[in-house]
Amino acid sequence: MIAADENEASGGYRRNWDARKGDPPQMNVRPLPKATEAVPPALAVERVSHSYGPRKALDDVSFTVAPATFTVLLGLNGAGKSTLFSIITHLYASKAGAVSIFGHDVARDSGAALAELGVVFQPRTLDPDLTIEQNMLYIAALHGIGPGHARPRLRELIARVGLADRLHERVRFLSGGQSRRVEIARSLLHAPRLILLDEPTAGLDVKARADILKLVRGLVAQDGVGVLWTTHLVDEVKPDDSVVVLHKGRVLAADTAGVIMEARGAASIGAAFAKLTGADRDEEGQS
Amino acid sequence: MSASLAFLGRPQRRFGLRGYLVCLNGIVWRESLRFLHQRERFVSALVRPLVWLFIFAAGFRQTLGVSIIPPYETYVLYDVYITPGLMAMIQLFNGMQSSLSLVYDREMGSMRMLLTSPAPRWFLLTSKLLAGVAVSILQVYAYLVVAYFWDIEPPTFWGYLTVLPALLLSGLMLGALGMVLSSLIRQLENFAGVMNFVIFPMFFASSALYPLWKVQEGSPWLATVCWLNPFTHAVELIRFAFYGKVEPLSLAVVVGCTIAFLAAAIVAYDPARGMLMRRGG
Repeated sequence: MIAADENEASGGYRRNWDARKGDPPQMNVRPLPKATEAVPPALAVERVSHSYGPRKALDDVSFTVAPATFTVLLGLNGAGKSTLFSIITHLYASKAGAVSIFGHDVARDSGAALAELGVVFQPRTLDPDLTIEQNMLYIAALHGIGPGHARPRLRELIARVGLADRLHERVRFLSGGQSRRVEIARSLLHAPRLILLDEPTAGLDVKARADILKLVRGLVAQDGVGVLWTTHLVDEVKPDDSVVVLHKGRVLAADTAGVIMEARGAASIGAAFAKLTGADRDEEGQS
Repeated sequence: MSASLAFLGRPQRRFGLRGYLVCLNGIVWRESLRFLHQRERFVSALVRPLVWLFIFAAGFRQTLGVSIIPPYETYVLYDVYITPGLMAMIQLFNGMQSSLSLVYDREMGSMRMLLTSPAPRWFLLTSKLLAGVAVSILQVYAYLVVAYFWDIEPPTFWGYLTVLPALLLSGLMLGALGMVLSSLIRQLENFAGVMNFVIFPMFFASSALYPLWKVQEGSPWLATVCWLNPFTHAVELIRFAFYGKVEPLSLAVVVGCTIAFLAAAIVAYDPARGMLMRRGG
C-alpha cells in the first residue's frame, strides 16, 4: 500500500481510504499536489531501443505521459507501436533504455509498475465462452482482488460503461464496441492510474468509435486517469492532446497536437503527420 | 461516465500471501470453467483411454502375458498392467492440450493479459501449470471410476489416495514439458507436429503398453530409449503408487525433469531472455 502523501501527490484524485474496508466516502475533491513534491510522470520511456535480429524496431525512443492526460501515440502500421506496448507491459524487456510507470522501473520493479497499469490490447482478450462477470473476476484475481471485493467494483464499472444488464451474458454475444467497453472497464478494476489502449477503435463502426473515445476522454477529465492511446487514425486527435509521432521506430515529434501543427505550418494534425513522415512527398511524387 | 472512480481506492502494489492465493485460485477457477465449457474435451479425454482399455487391452489380453514384476505380486491381466500407462497417457494428452491452449492464448492475446499481472512470472506460470494438473487429475479419477466397473482396482482402497501425489508430480512434469513446447511453437498450425514428434514417440517408447523386459528381448536399443524416456518413469511412479509403493528412481527422474522443464519454461517466458522476445511475441 502506498503512503497517503505519495498517493495524493502522484495524481491527486485518489481518496485516502482503503476500498477493501467499508463503503467509500462520496466526496469528489481533488487535492492539488504540494509544490515541494515532485510528481513522477505516469509513464516515462527513456532512450528505449529494441531489435528483432538485424531489424531495428525501436531506435532511441523517449517520451513521457503526464498524470491525468490523454496522450496519443500516433504511427502507421509497422511504426513500432506494438513493440513499444510489449515493452511497457513487460511482455519482454527492451535491449536498451528504461521504462517507468509512476517512478517504478518496469524491468526492475515490475510488480509495482504493473499494479499502476491497466491495459487494453488490440486483439480481443476476453474469453468468449465466459460471461462478462467471469472475465472480470479472473482479471481481478490476477491482481490479487478476491471475488468478494471484485464484484461490487465490477458491477459499478460495468454499469458505467452501459452494460449492467449484460453482466451475466457470455462475451460471445457482445458486439465489437461492447466488448471494447468491457475491456476498458476491466482495465480499471485494480484502480490503475495509467491505462494503455492499443488501437482500441480498430474494426469498430463510427458510432462505436465515438463512444469509446468519449468514454476514455471522460476517464481522463473526470477521474484523473492518465491514458496512452495508440492509433494511426488522425481524426481521433484533438488540438490540446499530447501527441507522440512514432515512425519507423523513431520519435519524430512529441508535444501537444497544436504545437506540432504550428511547428510544421500545417492546418491539421493529419497534414503535420504527413509532413513529418514524408507521406506528403510520397503523395506528390505519385501524382 | 458520470461518477468518479474514487470508489476503486488505490492500486495494491505488493502481493501478500492472500494476494498470491487469490491469484492462484483465479487461474485454477478459469481453467476449470473453460474445461467445463468444453464438454467434448472432457468426453474425448475419457473416451481415449477407455478405447485402449476396452478394445486394445481386451484384444491383447490373451496374446500378451505379463510375468510377476514389481509392484505386482501375482500374475496380472494385461488390462491391469496398462492402466497406469493409460492414467499417464491422460496426463500426457492433457499436458499437450494445455500447451495448445497456451499457444492459442498467446495468439488471442489472453496470455498477455495473464502476464500483465503484478505477480511474479514464475508464479503465474506455475499457477497455470497447477490449473492444468488439477484438470488432468480430475480426468484420471473419472477414468478410474469407469475402470472400477471393469474390475480394475488397486489392491486396497488406499491405492486411490496413494496414487494422488504421483499423479500430481507426473502431471507437473508433463504440463511443464507442454509449457516449454508452447514457447517453441510460433503458430497454432504447427501443433500437429507436437502430436507426431512428442506425444506418440513418448507414449509408444515407454513402459505404458509393455514391460521393459519384454522390449529388451525384442530390441535392446529400444529398451534403452524407453528407459531414458521420462514418460516411462512417470508411468512407473504411478504404477507403484497405485499399489501403495514408491519407486525411488522414477521418483527422482520425475522430480528432476519437472524442475528442469519448469525452469526452461520460466526462462522461455522470461521478459529479458525468452523466446517471446526473439520472436516478437
